[in-house]
Amino acid sequence: MATVPNHQTSNLGVIIAQHRDEILTAWLRDMIGTTRRSDLMKESELQTQCNQFLALLAQATTQSMDVQSTPFESLRDMLTEISRSRTLQGFSARECATFIFSIKRPLFSAIHESLGKDSTAMADEMWKTSELIDGLGLFTTEAYLKTREHTIKRQQEEMLELSTPVVKLWEGILALPLIGTLDSARTQVVMESLLEAIVQTNSRVAIIDITGVPTVDTVVAQHLLKTVTAARLMGADCIISGVRPQIAQTIVHLGINLLDVTTKATLADAFILSLQKTGFKFSRVQKKESRQGTSEE
Amino acid sequence: MEKIPILRMGDYLLVTIQVDMHDRLALALQDDLTNRISETGAKGVLIDISSLEIVDSFIGRMLGNIASMSRVLDAHTVVVGMQPAVAITLVELGMSLPGVRTALNVDAGMELLRNSVDGQEEFGYGSRFY
Repeated sequence: MATVPNHQTSNLGVIIAQHRDEILTAWLRDMIGTTRRSDLMKESELQTQCNQFLALLAQATTQSMDVQSTPFESLRDMLTEISRSRTLQGFSARECATFIFSIKRPLFSAIHESLGKDSTAMADEMWKTSELIDGLGLFTTEAYLKTREHTIKRQQEEMLELSTPVVKLWEGILALPLIGTLDSARTQVVMESLLEAIVQTNSRVAIIDITGVPTVDTVVAQHLLKTVTAARLMGADCIISGVRPQIAQTIVHLGINLLDVTTKATLADAFILSLQKTGFKFSRVQKKESRQGTSEE
Repeated sequence: MEKIPILRMGDYLLVTIQVDMHDRLALALQDDLTNRISETGAKGVLIDISSLEIVDSFIGRMLGNIASMSRVLDAHTVVVGMQPAVAITLVELGMSLPGVRTALNVDAGMELLRNSVDGQEEFGYGSRFY
């Protein structure tokens, strides 16, 4: 059999076609020993996938040995689909990649069987096959990561929408409880929704509660100041509440000037201040039967 | 040439900006308003910008200037009804208009003016109601 020095073509396709059943059996046996996760996937499903993979691989390698080339398109699509479904099934990146890498041994033994007499051709074929499988393995890992990244991004977007509720506390008093880290994109959403709510509810006071914000650095402080200033320009007063002792220390150490902004330790303090600003006054009703109760005076 | 009307209401002057401001219009308003304040001896100026949807740094600076000029002429200025988008733009431009007092609507603005003219309120940052 003539060796093919050209990198573009190979006899791998022919070899796979010849030894298909042996490769498949050996591959499945290897996988059951190493990465088969019977808790996550049915054996029949795995077998279908392996079968399909081998068929596509044999077909593609008769034309090219470059993973990124056109003949490999359907194989790439299949691998993307496999990574996607395995991510959702809960496989790890390692298990996902081993699915591809574990085919090396059965393939190599098939090559050995076919080209055993011609050691140069065998070495050449093995090297090319090894490179090809590595490429496919990396592609699978990449697809796996992409699916993960996509999930993370979608969750981030969902969080962004969920985490900026503007609450009306009282006639003319709004509260905005912030939870989670503030970045530019989120602050923009927060700022806009707060200002819109101020116009809609005709509120004179807005309380920004930062109890749920883990850290305040210069960027976050800058964003907060911007929001406060914008609200002031529209004619509403902003109070920042929920400043924890550590955050107060950080703010001072960072040299951020929050002197122009009213800050309170708790939301309750801020609420009392806003009631004073809007002209309400609360007092406890002196009644025997009800121990606690509040009403407007 | 189009002109922004300045209405007199007792001791106060009312300016409602209903059109998109361009630079010459802004300068004309600045001229007219300072003249009217000194003519009428008005104690307060209320500028309603609720219809103003586009601002640039020039208009922002002009609002600040009008407030400062009126103060020199012994009249308090309140800017009312700024749109959220306008407020965000001004903040992003770095113009926080520290000397300008603001209110949500004409009602709140008039109340603020009356109180400050009556001398019930100290002039200063952070004491915009009462």
